[in-house]
Amino acid sequence: MKLFGYRLPGMSSLIVWGLLWELVGQTGLTFFVPPLSEVLVTLFEVIGTPAFQKALSETAIAFFSGVFFAIVIGIPTGILMGKSRLLDELLLPWVNIFLSAPLTALVPVLMVLFGFGMKSIIITTTLFAIWIIILNSRAGVMQINRSLIEMARSFGASPMDAFFKIYVWAALPEILGGVRIGIIRAVKGVIIGQLLISIVGFGALFELYSANFLMAHFWAVLIVLFAMAFMISEIFAYLERRVSYYAAKR
Amino acid sequence: MAMPQTKDAPETATTEIAVSARNISKNYGDVEALRDLTLEFPRGQLTSLLGPSGCGKTTLLKIIAGLLEPTAGEVEVNGKTVTGPGPDRAFVFQDFALLPWASVLRNVAFGLELRGVAKSEREDKAAKYIADVGLAGFEASFPHELSGGMRQRVGLARALSVDAQVLLMDEPFSAVDEQTRRKFQEDLLALVQNENKTFLFVTHSIEEAVYVSDQIAILLPRPSRVSEIIRPSGFRDKGVDNIRRDPEYLDIVDQIWASLRNYVE
Repeated sequence: MKLFGYRLPGMSSLIVWGLLWELVGQTGLTFFVPPLSEVLVTLFEVIGTPAFQKALSETAIAFFSGVFFAIVIGIPTGILMGKSRLLDELLLPWVNIFLSAPLTALVPVLMVLFGFGMKSIIITTTLFAIWIIILNSRAGVMQINRSLIEMARSFGASPMDAFFKIYVWAALPEILGGVRIGIIRAVKGVIIGQLLISIVGFGALFELYSANFLMAHFWAVLIVLFAMAFMISEIFAYLERRVSYYAAKR
Repeated sequence: MAMPQTKDAPETATTEIAVSARNISKNYGDVEALRDLTLEFPRGQLTSLLGPSGCGKTTLLKIIAGLLEPTAGEVEVNGKTVTGPGPDRAFVFQDFALLPWASVLRNVAFGLELRGVAKSEREDKAAKYIADVGLAGFEASFPHELSGGMRQRVGLARALSVDAQVLLMDEPFSAVDEQTRRKFQEDLLALVQNENKTFLFVTHSIEEAVYVSDQIAILLPRPSRVSEIIRPSGFRDKGVDNIRRDPEYLDIVDQIWASLRNYVE
């Protein structure tokens, strides 16, 4: 975008919103919104504390394990659904139900099944991320050009060859899109898990800060979380752009 | 599928006939695509399957490729019954079927890659065939950077690089422009002459079939059967520039059109 003839760098609008935040905070309108400057100062104070680093590592472990399972289970399931009509008929209703279901309501059930520990949090995270990954992988496979598959078969491809050399690559743009959205959902999943199942990680920090009205701390942690989620999703957006050269021409 | 006969047929048959389709029927549900079709393809020659759209010529080609199973009948390639795709046949696709995420070099080498040929060996071989089809210098390009004609050259190089005795071509030039197509047809004639391979060529263009073929099988639709086999003989050695002026060429084109015109809706 251009303003008064100057080219604005990306996300310049954040400056406007940041200023607005600072103004509202300075007027002292509500305790809920401390000035942005105070939040940022708190942010750098908090980052160094052991409590924060413990929360970060707990959250990171749960998040990455959850995402890992969502990807490792989700992508093959989606690809197989796209390949096999039978499997698709069997699983698609469930995938659609869980995609739109209020998963938070399932968390108590998970607690009963898997206990109050890390396991339940990881499963919650996986459950938040996996459905869109399955659906996107499936959609990616369903639009594969039939003749690519015939080509592979005619040159003697084994099912494994076809899977790894054709299906995965031909569906990659959709798969990456699914993983990117899945990861954003996984951030929700891990925090909800930490709030509802056992109060650990960032969930515990949120709980602690909001219970004690430490709003600057609260916002600081939220900003860190947003920034990390945004970064990871941007990495996948970058990967998506890397394969976009063939996405339109399959 | 049972494969009772692995014994070679009599010597003359294996040297003369590379591919034979016997009593092939193919049904899609209630629709009869092919009925009791029998056809032989002489070794080292190019046979066209020509017919109106929907006459099952691509279906027949895919049955010979082993990509489709016939409802009845069997296909023999070099005396062996076809039970699926095999290294004795290579396919050239109408829409090229190139991997859009792979370079020209990898695409051409892909057939060899699937056969487990070591990377350096298959890339050497692929580079040779890339040069043969006139694409030297484009090894690192990607399919979307090439024109339609160049893409089909990649598809052709891929089929040649696996060194199959039988080349199955499914309307290979229908998606390229007219001038490129003419060049392709001339190149194909040279290829048939220089390579000792058997070519099966599906087309819906009468002129193209007459121009490139040693033998033309005319298929009529619903259900398909071979209605006529034409073997142009007089103009093949007169040079590529003279074929289209040759009286025999023109006569055959007219004759085929006369028998096909009733089937064009």
